[in-house]
Amino acid sequence: MKTYIAPALKLSLILIVILSGLYPLAIAAIGKFTPGHGDGETVTYKGRVVGYANIGQKFTKDQYFWSRPSAANYQADAGAGSNKGPSNPDYIKDVKARIDTFLKHNPDIKREEIPAELVTASGSGLDPNLSPAGARVQVARIAKIRNIPAEQVVKIIDDHTENPLFGLFGPPKVNVLKLNVALDELKR
Amino acid sequence: MNTEYIGIIFMYLATVALAIPLGKYIAKVFNGEKTWLDFMAPLERMIYKFSGIDPNREMNWKQHLKALLTINCLWLFYAFFCLLFQGRLPLNPDHNPNQTPDLAFNTALSFLTNTNLQDYSGESGATYYTQLFVFMFLHFVSAATGIAAMMVVFKAMRDKITDKLGNFWDYLVKSITRLLLPLSFVVAVILAFNGTPTSFKGKDTVITLQGDTTHVSRGPAAAMIAIKQTGTNGGGWFGVNSAHPFENPNYATNIVENISIILISISLVFALGYYLNKKKLAWVIFGVMTTGFLIMVFPSIHAEVNGNPAIAHLGISQPGGSMEGKEVRFGPAASAYWGITTTVTSNGSVNAMHDSMMPISGLAQMFDMMINAFYGGVGVGYLNFYIFIIIAVFISGLMVGRTPEFMGRKIEAREMKIASLIALLHPFLILVGTALATYVLVHFPNAAWATKPSAWLNNPGFHGFSEMLYQVTSSSANNGSGYAGLTANNIFWNVSTGFVIFIGRFLPIIGPVAIAGILANKKFVPESAGTLKTDTATFGIMIFAVIIIVAALSFFPALTLGPIAEHFSIK
Repeated sequence: MKTYIAPALKLSLILIVILSGLYPLAIAAIGKFTPGHGDGETVTYKGRVVGYANIGQKFTKDQYFWSRPSAANYQADAGAGSNKGPSNPDYIKDVKARIDTFLKHNPDIKREEIPAELVTASGSGLDPNLSPAGARVQVARIAKIRNIPAEQVVKIIDDHTENPLFGLFGPPKVNVLKLNVALDELKR
Repeated sequence: MNTEYIGIIFMYLATVALAIPLGKYIAKVFNGEKTWLDFMAPLERMIYKFSGIDPNREMNWKQHLKALLTINCLWLFYAFFCLLFQGRLPLNPDHNPNQTPDLAFNTALSFLTNTNLQDYSGESGATYYTQLFVFMFLHFVSAATGIAAMMVVFKAMRDKITDKLGNFWDYLVKSITRLLLPLSFVVAVILAFNGTPTSFKGKDTVITLQGDTTHVSRGPAAAMIAIKQTGTNGGGWFGVNSAHPFENPNYATNIVENISIILISISLVFALGYYLNKKKLAWVIFGVMTTGFLIMVFPSIHAEVNGNPAIAHLGISQPGGSMEGKEVRFGPAASAYWGITTTVTSNGSVNAMHDSMMPISGLAQMFDMMINAFYGGVGVGYLNFYIFIIIAVFISGLMVGRTPEFMGRKIEAREMKIASLIALLHPFLILVGTALATYVLVHFPNAAWATKPSAWLNNPGFHGFSEMLYQVTSSSANNGSGYAGLTANNIFWNVSTGFVIFIGRFLPIIGPVAIAGILANKKFVPESAGTLKTDTATFGIMIFAVIIIVAALSFFPALTLGPIAEHFSIK
């Protein structure tokens, strides 16, 4: 054993310098040239930073597109999923309650039109997205409360729909924060 | 939905297309041939000079194991003490506290062994110092340890009657400088340009559009996420791992990360073919592994895309499949695909919460980890597979009445004893560990630990049992993913899984290296008409049968109590 301790110690030391010191510093330097300068990309409204583009936030007011339910209440320093199993009876009760709440706030919508993502919690608890369908079922409510034509809200969704990567890979989606900023910008 | 299927088909094909040339490249590196990364040579010389290492000094298999265990022992103590005192060490902008001794014990072992079971959350349970100087460091060196051990076996298989199996330090360093570091660098840059943070700024406080206050954890995450994937480590910067929108911001990063998860594991199979000049054998191994992989992928994707029947009964629509615990930007197909790739390879990172997936997916994920050799972790995946090969050679030798030989060496009682012990160790650890946990839960529900056993489980019934089975399986397989609903940060789980992780890592490294070392010293018997051919499809089927009989069947009763029972009871 003894003959191996000295080289093992020195090798560990120099590898720590290279791997834990130089490597992340190099990546941090390159990160300065990325869109968010390595700090995360932010979204501004009326000159104020209202959030990070990639980090979902809580929207529960009726005049906004709602985000998905979150087991972390959208606290971005403690992201979490619900970790409820698919057969858990308490969990099914929770989902049922969310469906009822949604129907109460969106009386024009039929039960079978609600996509599951609007009543299930995401893995991170910080999901910034909805599917375009998840946004469209909320149009009637938002148009009514904001007193604007529904077409205008639909147009916002269409303008902000992010298509699959290269049109080929993955599901289409919308960013809820960006949709809601666009809604607020309508007022001006 | 179509674009989701195209996405995963693309991911798999791209991985194999990259793995073949990468395998050739890896074989060249360890053969000492010229490669385009030779500009790293001065850096390597500097490392050797500083450490007082002569990379040309040949070691036998025992010396290799001594070097491996010595340096791993050092890393364990280093990691343990850093975690115990992380609160007072530098680079702690969020002022996170020290880890408790049992948590530090578990975490240090977990990262040392390429497992990355995380009983803490990165946002609150670690500091930038421990993330970078402990976790990320161990990400690199634990992956390199696996590749180095595998290289010893490769060399022992190739060279005729030899005690000269290369230099351990050389294998370790070259795995990093020629493979893990360059690959991670590329992945980290891609992640950074897609929105993964790279800076050292701590939490940010934001008032949201609706007027709530939220704190956003950040940090130099891109560098770490790259190596956590390429090195089949899996321990992420943030608690929710690659489901976190900073760790995995969009579908493009999901493709890159998911390819990284299995890339090196697959390419090492091809590396074997090039290194030994036995390409047919490599394709047989690849075929067996891929068959096992595909058998798991299809049912899981099918289950997730079809959605949860219990939710369907509530009358809503599930156009996006089962969405509990999943992210909209990945969708159910890519989440299921990731779930299988991460469990076949001992990676253990997740982009969706496995605890909320359908029972069929849970069954497939646990099964992957119980086999632990369909691709497997970098280096160690092949070591596990090597054990199955030895057993298959022995059994088929007996069946056809020939002396069992592999690569020109007779396999005799001593090697078979080691192989059988290693093959049985994994079921032993998993089943005994789960039984112990169940026993404690039933008989000591109110034990005064940080979490009382009665409060461990997040779900009742069969799924609750699955949470415990999954945790022990993931530990023994050095995977590190979890049914995260299980409250594991308490002395029982920290200590018990800590030991399971430790035994489940080092014995399956020592066993195959010893077998290969012993075989290398035996007389070389040239191939003749009486030799059992090992590079044929028939032998591939034989290996597959051995895997199913030895590994899978031992777990069947436990799986019946967990995911299988849940599947048939869900309404």
